[in-house]
Amino acid sequence: MNKGMVIGCGVAGFILLLFAIAIFWGIGAYNNLVNLNESVIGSWSQVENLYQRRADLIPNLVNTVKGYADFEKQVLTDVTEARARVSQMTVTPEVLNDPQAFQRFEQSQSQLTGALSRLLVTVENYPELKANEGFLQLQSQLEGTENRITVGRRQFNQTVQEYNTTIKRFPTTFIAGLFGYYQKEYFKAAPGSDVVPKVEF
Amino acid sequence: MRYLFFIFLISAAALAQPHFPTLTKWATDLSGTLTAPQINTLNARLSTFEDSTSTQLLMLMIYTLDDIPIEDYAYETATKNKIGSKKFDNGALFLIAKNDKKLRIEVGYGLEGALPDALASSIIRNVVVPHFKNDDYYAGISAGLDAMILAVKGEYTADPGSGDDEGGSIISTIMFIIFIIIMALVRGGGRRLGGSIYYGGGLGGRSWGGGSSSGGSFGGFSGGGGSFGGGGSSGSW
Repeated sequence: MNKGMVIGCGVAGFILLLFAIAIFWGIGAYNNLVNLNESVIGSWSQVENLYQRRADLIPNLVNTVKGYADFEKQVLTDVTEARARVSQMTVTPEVLNDPQAFQRFEQSQSQLTGALSRLLVTVENYPELKANEGFLQLQSQLEGTENRITVGRRQFNQTVQEYNTTIKRFPTTFIAGLFGYYQKEYFKAAPGSDVVPKVEF
Repeated sequence: MRYLFFIFLISAAALAQPHFPTLTKWATDLSGTLTAPQINTLNARLSTFEDSTSTQLLMLMIYTLDDIPIEDYAYETATKNKIGSKKFDNGALFLIAKNDKKLRIEVGYGLEGALPDALASSIIRNVVVPHFKNDDYYAGISAGLDAMILAVKGEYTADPGSGDDEGGSIISTIMFIIFIIIMALVRGGGRRLGGSIYYGGGLGGRSWGGGSSSGGSFGGFSGGGGSFGGGGSSGSW
């Protein structure tokens, strides 16, 4: 056996080894993307459930409040209309890959948030409503749901951040591009959403 | 994936902000309101409750929230201390901010069925706040914890060997002892090595298992890995 052949075999083996390493790395990176994508979808459906739960609570709340004679009609109408808009939307995980649909969802939900918090602020002026145990329970359920939504959105943003960072990093970005993993949208805090609305009388 | 680990580290560091306390007891008062015997009584009650049900209920009283919303404070503290078991998420935190006159019951995922928001709110408004309005903090806290205990009592039972690390560590200690004995028998013959090693293994395994209730000297609280989703209710007085 001559020397050239030994070297040739060595080089070929080395290239083959590199190739194998690259393939194994690729499989690992791909599987990692699959996991991250699933955890984004998982945290998204959690947020969606919470929004659904909020929408389910609203009819009861509106009915309870409506019983109080001179309760501001406009506030109730706003809530009912905002809820109707939210319910009309059909939401699938596909929304995550469509920034415009995501923004529409975001917008209609934050309109409902706004209408609801105006309702709860208005209630402050109805002492007999605030003393009603049934109303207080509905209110605490609604507040609990709003708080869960906040937590859910934060957790969603964390999983999206992890996903987005991973698909943008070199060299995983090649794998992501190859298999169609694109950047996903974050929830943004709507301007003024952290400010409690003031209601003038 | 090294960078993934980095992201994890960074997000963990961002979450573990210094101002959320680390809890080492079931009942903690950082506002200096309760007396030592009162805290010991609460500790005993909550520690015993965890022993019999595996459910971790914690009480934390602080002086001020430093303008952090009480919902955030409670969530971050509960998450940081991993209250509740990893398997059942059966933890809850009763947080009182004395100077802000705000309180919150933060409920882990696994207790949201037994202690729903409406019930938590009712406990706060009808059980706790009337005492707080009379400046009787201990009575309010004690009654509030009793109401929480009543609500979540039947939900989980302490099941040795599941959910709890303690069961696992006892089993592994026993396995270790058996292994040592077998090794000693196989190798030792007449050397009588078995006895001393056996003792060492036994002692190591029992380091935090003990905690007989005598005069307020309990083992510390240690979180089981439970997670929270923002359930519970807040109130003020």
